[in-house]
Amino acid sequence: MVAESLFFSAVLFAVGVIGVLTRRNAIIIFMCVELMLNAVNLSFIAFSRLYGFAGQVFVIFVMTVAAAEAAVGLAIIIAIFRHRQTVNMTAINLLKG
Amino acid sequence: MLLETVHGAARAAIQGAAPVAVGGAPHPLQGTVAQWMWALPLLPLLGFALNGALAVLGAARIGPGDPSAEGHEAHATPNVGNEREPTGHAGDPEAGHLEGGAAQAGPHRFAAAATVIGPLVLLAAFGLAVAIWAAMVQAAPSTPFIEHYFAWMPVGDLQIDAAFQLDQLSMTLVLVITGVGALIHIFSVGYMRQDPGYPRYFAYLNLFVFFMLVLVLGANLPVTFVGWEGVGLCSYLLIGFWYSDRANADAGKKAFIANRIGDFGFLIAMFLLFANLGTLEYTGLAAAAQGIAPGTAVVTVTCLFLLLGCTGKSAQIPLYVWLPDAMAGPTPVSALIHAATMVTAGVYLVVRTSMLFALAPGASLTVCVIGAVTALFAATIGLKQWDIKKVLAYSTISQLGFMFVAVGAGAYVAGIFHLVTHAFFKALLFLGSGSVIYAMHAAYHETHSHDDAQDMRNMGGLRTKMPVTWVLMWIATLAIAGIPLFAGFFSKDEILGTVFERARGSALSEASWLGIPGGPLLYAVYAICLAAAFLTAIYMTRLMIYTFHGANRTGEREAAHLREAPMVMTGPLIVLGALSAVGGFLNDPAWLPIAPSDLLARWLEPVTGRATAMLAGAPGAPGAAAPTEADPRLAAMLAGIAAAIAVLGIVVAVVRLKPGALRPTRDPQPAVTGIERVLEHKYYVDEAYDRVIIQPTVALSRNVLWRGLDGLIDGIVNLSAHLWRWVGAAGSALQTGEVGAYAWALVVGAVIMLGAVALRT
Repeated sequence: MVAESLFFSAVLFAVGVIGVLTRRNAIIIFMCVELMLNAVNLSFIAFSRLYGFAGQVFVIFVMTVAAAEAAVGLAIIIAIFRHRQTVNMTAINLLKG
Repeated sequence: MLLETVHGAARAAIQGAAPVAVGGAPHPLQGTVAQWMWALPLLPLLGFALNGALAVLGAARIGPGDPSAEGHEAHATPNVGNEREPTGHAGDPEAGHLEGGAAQAGPHRFAAAATVIGPLVLLAAFGLAVAIWAAMVQAAPSTPFIEHYFAWMPVGDLQIDAAFQLDQLSMTLVLVITGVGALIHIFSVGYMRQDPGYPRYFAYLNLFVFFMLVLVLGANLPVTFVGWEGVGLCSYLLIGFWYSDRANADAGKKAFIANRIGDFGFLIAMFLLFANLGTLEYTGLAAAAQGIAPGTAVVTVTCLFLLLGCTGKSAQIPLYVWLPDAMAGPTPVSALIHAATMVTAGVYLVVRTSMLFALAPGASLTVCVIGAVTALFAATIGLKQWDIKKVLAYSTISQLGFMFVAVGAGAYVAGIFHLVTHAFFKALLFLGSGSVIYAMHAAYHETHSHDDAQDMRNMGGLRTKMPVTWVLMWIATLAIAGIPLFAGFFSKDEILGTVFERARGSALSEASWLGIPGGPLLYAVYAICLAAAFLTAIYMTRLMIYTFHGANRTGEREAAHLREAPMVMTGPLIVLGALSAVGGFLNDPAWLPIAPSDLLARWLEPVTGRATAMLAGAPGAPGAAAPTEADPRLAAMLAGIAAAIAVLGIVVAVVRLKPGALRPTRDPQPAVTGIERVLEHKYYVDEAYDRVIIQPTVALSRNVLWRGLDGLIDGIVNLSAHLWRWVGAAGSALQTGEVGAYAWALVVGAVIMLGAVALRT
């Protein structure tokens, strides 16, 4: 059961990573980051069956932080959109060397 | 291991050299007026501060344009055509107010204050010196009186204190410096009074005396070196005193650079001494020297480097070339710095470090040879110079050569004796020539003529115009020529006699120099010195005949304006004349039935006795052997030879020279050929130095160092700059500002690291 869960978590994480790397829309990248966080949550749950419930406690933490992060992140994205009329990440490259 | 013990001995000596002398008994000079010796140099320093303030204040009031530059330029411009003698009008005593017209600068507005301060501090210092001397005569100390003021360079093993040392040698020099210095300061009042840079002149002159006193009072080599460099600085400042004339500024630079070469030797010698003996205190060196065998290579090398320093300061071959050019300065400066005091610093240093030179007969013989060759060489050049000051400059070089012969032959007392008498008669000669130039200049000024006031071809017949100067200059001439009973006779005779005595049998005659045995070498030195003495008599008589005798060549209108200098100038001349006449009795020889004899020798015995004995005695027993008792009949005979040579020289000059054949410089001059031409051009040494040293150096600097090596070094530096600029550009290109790219890099990196971890396990 643990092995299947971990496999599913890995797949979910990979999907998230690929999404972050390939998509250009900031909202979708943001959603993919959430996907990655939840893939990690799934791993925590799986490992908690082997090593005790500390993993489950951690999941609560991660979800709390993810919620806060979603609020801040969405706010930033909205601010960027208001400023530049786009959320396309390739167009946002002000920090060029 | 030898040097290890020497180290220890030196340390012990330093401990013992504290004011409380060895054995716990206080030094006999402790608590006497000698404790005030710090005031000796500080008095002139005070004068420097006050006069310097006057000079700065005066300049600030008048405005940015320096009044002296302005005044002198106005005078210098009409003389541009007179290029044969670039320093021809350098001795111009009245630079500011000449040539009339717009550039009237006139005397400095603080001239009266400078007149009081300048000579007064010197007179005060001389008074203090006499008081200390009196205390010293009473106490008759056998060890130097040393006062440590503060730790100057406490660096590990190197413990150098700012300390002064008073012994019979430094006392003698202090008396000469302050005494002759005070006379020259007084003379300057008359000579420089009209100059717009008058307070500046006295500031420099006071500063010079300060450094000169530091030089002779220093208790260790670094303190002496401070004075040594300081007098070089003041010499530079005073040679270029009329700096608006390019030739004068160049002469100053030449003196400075030639002296730097010598100072390099002095510095190396100090490094060697510290590395090998571990001390730079004179008392420490004396203690350390007792543990070293004579002829040790390290001592010889050190002494040769010291000698290099001395040849620079004392204008000996090969570094003598700066002194004739130094005549560009005001004439009293030539008298004080370039005749009486600073140039004798090399002689002083050899005597001061005689404990080392006594251990190095080879180095001592080198000193002798350099002195003898310089004495003859400079004397021959002096035969054909027309500038009155140039004759005296070469004469000074020649006389310094005699002093070097003396100290090289271990006749340290004779060297100091000649230093003192030379200070008297050469200061007199220079000041006398200053008085002549002053009169000549005033005459040319009256008639608005631009002829050279220093060229002897324009003089002649001044005997009737300036009788006081004439008589005094003859006294000095007889003294320098070595006519019996005048000052120079005794000192020069003592040098010649001692050299002859050393040649007969001594540690020096046993030693050898470049494979030549010392005995024959010293006989050769004796012969060369005799020849130089003969030439001295000739060129000095020539100077007198051309300047004061025969018909006047100044010009018909000018002759009416020639008159004697004021009392403030002739006064010091009279005092120096008296000293030149009787100064020889400071140390009259034993064979002369005048008591007391050998005063100076007995006075200096605690300082130079040991070193003299070592060089005089047999090499087997250093210090133990007493000098062989001089044969009075031989000494008298040698003195007779020296006197005969001097008289012969004067007679030859009187018979052979025809002042009537001379033409003033404004008339066409007869062509000179052969050896005369070579002498008039000073053996082309300046030209040879220019070809052999200066031009190759300039070419090397320009082509190899600047264009070649500089290019290479610049290339390497620029290459590294370019490399890092490229690296920076590459790094900056990585930073696209696109978050996606960074994320890719992050993930790829993470995958690589995870992969590496996975593959390892």
